[in-house]
Amino acid sequence: MAIGWFLAVSALIFTIGAAGVLTRRSPLVILLCLELMLNAANLALIAFARMHANHDGQIFAVIVMVVAACEVTVGLGVIVAMHRRRLPIDVDEMQELRG
Amino acid sequence: MTSLKLFAWLTLLFPLAGCITIALLGRMLPGRGAGYVGTGALALSFGSAVGALLALLDQDEHHRQVVAVAWDYANSAGVDAQLSLLVDPLSVFMILVVSGVSTLIHLYSISYLDSDRGYVRFFAYLNYFVFSMLLLVLAGNFLILIIGWAFVGAASYLLISYWYRRTTATRAGTKAFVINVLGDVGLVLGTFFIFTHVGTVDFLATFEKAPEVFESGDGDLTAGCILLLVGAFAKSAQIPLHTWLPDAMEGPTPVSALIHAATMVTAGVYLIARMHPLFELAPTAAGVGAVIGCLTLLVAGTIAIAVTDLKRVIAYSTMSQIGYMIMAVSAGAYAAGLFHLMTHAFFKALLFMAAGSVIAAMAGQQDLDRMGGFKRAMPFTFGCMVIGGLALAGVPPFSGFFSKDEILLLIGDRGGWYWGLYVAGYLGAFLTGIYTFRMIFRAFYGEPVPEARELEQGHMHHPEVHKNPADGEVEDTDVGFPGPEHHIAEREPSMKVAMGVLALLAVVGGFLQIPKVTHVIDHFLEPTFEDSALYHRELSDGLLGFGLLLGAAVGIAGIVVAYLIWIRNPQIAVRVRERLAPLHRLFVNKWYFDELIDLLVVRPALWFGAWAQQTFERVFVNGLLVGGTTGVVRAGSSAVRAAQTGFLRYYALLIVVGMVVLALYFLLNT
Amino acid sequence: MGEVLFFVAGIGAVAGAIGVVAVRNPFYSVLALVSHLLCLAALFLLLRAEFVAAAQVVVYAGAVMVLYVFVVAYVGGRDEPLGPRAGSGLRAVSAIFGAALFLELCVATLGSGLQLIDSDGTPAPASFGSPEEIGSLLLTKFLLPFEVASFLLLIAAVGAVVLARRRGGLTAVEEQARYSAMDILRPAYTGTMAEGVGGRHTLPEATVTNTPQEAEDAS
Repeated sequence: MAIGWFLAVSALIFTIGAAGVLTRRSPLVILLCLELMLNAANLALIAFARMHANHDGQIFAVIVMVVAACEVTVGLGVIVAMHRRRLPIDVDEMQELRG
Repeated sequence: MTSLKLFAWLTLLFPLAGCITIALLGRMLPGRGAGYVGTGALALSFGSAVGALLALLDQDEHHRQVVAVAWDYANSAGVDAQLSLLVDPLSVFMILVVSGVSTLIHLYSISYLDSDRGYVRFFAYLNYFVFSMLLLVLAGNFLILIIGWAFVGAASYLLISYWYRRTTATRAGTKAFVINVLGDVGLVLGTFFIFTHVGTVDFLATFEKAPEVFESGDGDLTAGCILLLVGAFAKSAQIPLHTWLPDAMEGPTPVSALIHAATMVTAGVYLIARMHPLFELAPTAAGVGAVIGCLTLLVAGTIAIAVTDLKRVIAYSTMSQIGYMIMAVSAGAYAAGLFHLMTHAFFKALLFMAAGSVIAAMAGQQDLDRMGGFKRAMPFTFGCMVIGGLALAGVPPFSGFFSKDEILLLIGDRGGWYWGLYVAGYLGAFLTGIYTFRMIFRAFYGEPVPEARELEQGHMHHPEVHKNPADGEVEDTDVGFPGPEHHIAEREPSMKVAMGVLALLAVVGGFLQIPKVTHVIDHFLEPTFEDSALYHRELSDGLLGFGLLLGAAVGIAGIVVAYLIWIRNPQIAVRVRERLAPLHRLFVNKWYFDELIDLLVVRPALWFGAWAQQTFERVFVNGLLVGGTTGVVRAGSSAVRAAQTGFLRYYALLIVVGMVVLALYFLLNT
Repeated sequence: MGEVLFFVAGIGAVAGAIGVVAVRNPFYSVLALVSHLLCLAALFLLLRAEFVAAAQVVVYAGAVMVLYVFVVAYVGGRDEPLGPRAGSGLRAVSAIFGAALFLELCVATLGSGLQLIDSDGTPAPASFGSPEEIGSLLLTKFLLPFEVASFLLLIAAVGAVVLARRRGGLTAVEEQARYSAMDILRPAYTGTMAEGVGGRHTLPEATVTNTPQEAEDAS
């Protein structure tokens, strides 16, 4: 398969993930969509690594995975804390930044 | 040479030192100490002036214009500014008159203002005034002249509103100062006009260059001279800038005597005499001066016949006599005008002093309607007043006769349209006789009023409640109000001495310059005026004889008319007043000049201020500029605030939008 | 053969992605993501990234997703209400810009003039993407990122524990992560956002805010 196809798939997944972040109300699902975006970026990285026959992209992808794991950990910790305090698990309810 | 300069500086610095000493140490001096210090300083100043005179006479005729320079101020923009004094016969003449009369008035004031709480302040101000006047007449260049001019105006303001808690006094002081400022503007602008052509501010250099730079009748020079005249008119209370002088009578009587009779108001006359080379090159300006002087002479004379306040009669008389002097120096009769300045200083100061004595006897009341019959109670005052009045009316052999007639003689000699001024001058002399003796007869003759009767019994009238005589407002006798006690000449030796000396001078002063007989003043002033074409004139004997006779006749006729009206048959006055009611109203209301100025100047200014506050300030500045700016900012921030919705996804959307736009930009640019 | 596998895995990945976004129940979204990750691992294999594919399955789909499942189970995750509260305009705009983003990305990558886009890639040796290669690179050329990543993991673990720990009782006063000298010197809530908008002047008695149920009961 030509590398271009993989890049197209990556772009598609990224867009779907972005649309999900913008549209969904539950922070859990927003985090999932963020994962989608990160994975799409990983795919692009791997594709380019293959294109240049260079391992740098793969290493980068591994590190991205590590970071994604950390971010999920912290994000879920925040959601658990919110649940603990009986706050509604809904991003639209949190409007204290309203000017 | 050096001793002359030294004497000139000393004359100037003694009053300044006196002022500073009194101002700083006055409170520590007991009783009348401040008064003695002030008078002493002035006596020393007069002594230095005499010394300067002697030193000047020591020099030969051609070296009588000496410039004494203290230091250079700056040499910027081509203006040679120096602190320099010009010591020549004219300035020595003036400092003699100023310091001499001032010394006598200081002597008078030692007793006159004794119980006033602001005694120290008075003498400090008075010394300061004399210093400024001496600075003005000794000035060697335009800048020092302007400085002295401004100082004198300030001193006048301080002294007129001396009793500062009285609203009438403060208002009068402000009025005097504002009109003087107008004059200052004229003076400065005139200086500028002249300076732009001549390139120097020094007097002697200017006068030397003037004939080269200007031709006769030059437009710029005429404009500059007319502006100088504006300054002179404001200071000397000529029409139309005269309205401050009658109101200035709110100040204590010594102030009126010194400033508004003998010295400050003569500054205008001095100015024109000093600038005579320029005025001779601008005959139009000189003509304007002569005409205004003549006009003032007549108008003031008519007003003096009608007003009833004692000091105001004398004030209008001053205005009238200064009109004579201005007319004289504008027409080229310099020595005569300055001679009249000197004699006028003597008898006018004397008249004011005597009036002060009468007012003290009346416990501050100045209204002629309430006075009468003081002849027996105050003989010395009466005598002085009569001497002053005779000198003023121009009765021979008193000093006023010689000086006034010399002026009119020289004016008649000019010929042409000056004959009109000649006639007006004699008419004015007739009026002078009338109002002077009207004043004397009303105050001293007739039934003695209660105050006079009390005085005959030996004690002075003392009111229970002190009131402002002008508007009846109740005052106490604290600082800023007149003191509780009043002093009359009969009881105070210092007042007697001062008035006596002046009376003597009023009698014999005229003999210094009897036309065609003695020429002391003429000769003395010659070095200053040797460049003048009008100074040396041969007078025809016929005109001289005619003039002298006419002058004497007119003066005595005035006295006789006054006698007839106010002593013999007082009813005449009442009937004339009824018959000529409109004319009388015109005179009593001072020819409505105050109302005219109010209409032309004051009301538009107030209207403009109200408009500026209501319309310009409120609508334009506050509403449009300030309100508009804040409104725009507020609207803008409200619009921008709409973007802060608080929704997380909205912000995320903005991030995506930004990313898309940025990517688009980069895609398009490759 | 490769093409077939590609299309299967590709369609699976896209389907999973759409499932994550479109499904209402969060639990089902998690499951959709898991399937998506597995398809992505297949795509990685096609690209000769064996180690990364393995790591993806073990770490991502294995550990991270399990964590997700735990949290979804704990939190509850009801079916989401329909319609965004911010207005349906948000949906339309999101769709538009999403499409725009996709287009741009395609244009950027595919239309970029890279010569190798249309090929299978530079010929690579047989050991390309093997664990040995990745491992040696991690310990030589990329040692620093490797160590920093491990440090980051440590921080994340500690952070998660701190964020989620329980502090005695439902009526606890709002705790502070750090106490500093300034807390003694200045009044409480100074400098906070709440103070800025005029919300708090004194210490509240209870920091718990009402859930929507309780808010409805109180009003």
